Amino acid sequence: MMGVDEMMDQLKRACAIAKKDIRIYYLNGPVVIFGILVPGFLFLAFVIGRDLPINFLVAGLLGMTVFFTSTSVSPVIAPTETQTRNLERLAAAPISITTALFGDVLASVFFGIAISLVPVLLGVTFGVTITHPFILALGIVLAAFCFSAMGLIFSSIPTGATSTVMMLSTMVRFPLVFISGVFIPVGDLPSWGQALASLSPLTYLTDLCRYSFQDINNHYPVSVDIAALAIFLMMFMAAATKLHERSLPKRL
Amino acid sequence: MIEVRELTKYYDGLAAVDHISFEVEEGEVFGFLGPNGAGKTTTVRMLTGVIKPGSGSVSIMGFDIRRDPIKAKQIAGVVPDLSNAYSELSAWGNLQFMAELYGVPGTDARKRAEELLTKFDLYDRKDHKVKTFSKGMKQKLVIAMSLMNDPEILFLDEPTSGLDVQSARLIKEMVRELNNDGKTVFLTTHYMEEANDLCNRIAIINHGTIVAIDAPEKLKMRIGGLQRVEVSFDTPVDVSCFHSISGVISVRRSGDKLRFYTNEPGRVIYQLVDYSRSNNLEIVMLTTLTPTLEDVFVKLTREQK
Repeated sequence: MMGVDEMMDQLKRACAIAKKDIRIYYLNGPVVIFGILVPGFLFLAFVIGRDLPINFLVAGLLGMTVFFTSTSVSPVIAPTETQTRNLERLAAAPISITTALFGDVLASVFFGIAISLVPVLLGVTFGVTITHPFILALGIVLAAFCFSAMGLIFSSIPTGATSTVMMLSTMVRFPLVFISGVFIPVGDLPSWGQALASLSPLTYLTDLCRYSFQDINNHYPVSVDIAALAIFLMMFMAAATKLHERSLPKRL
Repeated sequence: MIEVRELTKYYDGLAAVDHISFEVEEGEVFGFLGPNGAGKTTTVRMLTGVIKPGSGSVSIMGFDIRRDPIKAKQIAGVVPDLSNAYSELSAWGNLQFMAELYGVPGTDARKRAEELLTKFDLYDRKDHKVKTFSKGMKQKLVIAMSLMNDPEILFLDEPTSGLDVQSARLIKEMVRELNNDGKTVFLTTHYMEEANDLCNRIAIINHGTIVAIDAPEKLKMRIGGLQRVEVSFDTPVDVSCFHSISGVISVRRSGDKLRFYTNEPGRVIYQLVDYSRSNNLEIVMLTTLTPTLEDVFVKLTREQK
């Protein structure tokens, strides 16, 4: 069991990994395409020609932005470093696998949070009022961690081909967007749709966003949204650690 | 310094490393030799905590690699086989990243990075991205990265593989210097000359088991009897012309030279001189050689087959 000093030490090293990831991967092609362009176009395709209230749209756009951006950096790192043969050096460094993965998560989280400011500012510019800014901020941060950890699960496939990982992540992410109340509120879905929506972590962020913006009713209590995101985060992180532990030797 | 006991690793039911045991003393350059697929890299990866051993134990300065992996890794520097520096970062960025990974304080890290870049003749290129470096420069940087934490033990897995003569020489010189400074070096290589020049002791691994551990000269004495006579004539002569020479175990061509393996070098020399006289050939070079490490390696790994 690690002491507090050792944990702080590992946290500093995770930050070093995050800093390295930020410098290398933020302008990486797949990150820009799958993290910014794809959700942007998806949103435009949904909005154009439909008369929907701006606060509803901004809440959906924000949820989707955090989801896509946070799940776009972490899946790229492991396959790229497998291909460029940087992984063995990291594996030989005095860090645990959780530290290495947490570093990747942090880089992904910062990216998600930074880009999520765009729809928030866009909403404010168009007159949307944020009634619960702290809840919104907490939701965004928690969801960014949760989705980044989810991205790590995709990257646990022992491959050096980023395209394979991105293909898998796209196959999972797109259906999730459609069942998570981004385009249709969860309350308007049939009961089977609502049951399905409850299995998606994005549902709870979208619900929090709706709550945080004026005049929008949320489907779940705020405490349920926050607890669900925290539980998904723990589950994803635990699963990612196990899967990466297993796949690391195959990557070397 | 390094204590390995009954270390084993299986892949798909096959033993890549099979119950090997050895010790590396403090301040020693320990060579680890073996043909491709013998289990060298698997062993180094277990010693450096990159992969988990199937069974057995590894202790690095008293820290068990399974129980205290972080402490064991903290005191070691590693140059993995085929590993790269981050090509999108500069040389300086790579060194600082390593310093942060090993918890080296900022001032020490900057000082050490400057020293290492100067030593490896990379200081002028410190702000250039690694992707613009030549292979030799990249390898020098990878070694510099492994030294950022001023390790007590250095694991070098094929450090001169594929390098030009000058870069390889610089790296060998660096290994000697580090050893003179009291560092322990675990060197994996398939260059016999390199192992012979640098190592205090050598372990030869084949099919996952260690077939011999000893000092290079003692290993050579083990296969005593296999001496060589090398000769070069002014005109090329076919190997088949020498099959009638007595006392020769085998003859091989080596470039413009003929190499005679024998237990009786004096007798062979007389016959070669006679041959040159009777065929009106001039001897350009004639020398006798004792077994090399390569001979030992070939003999021991063949014997095991």
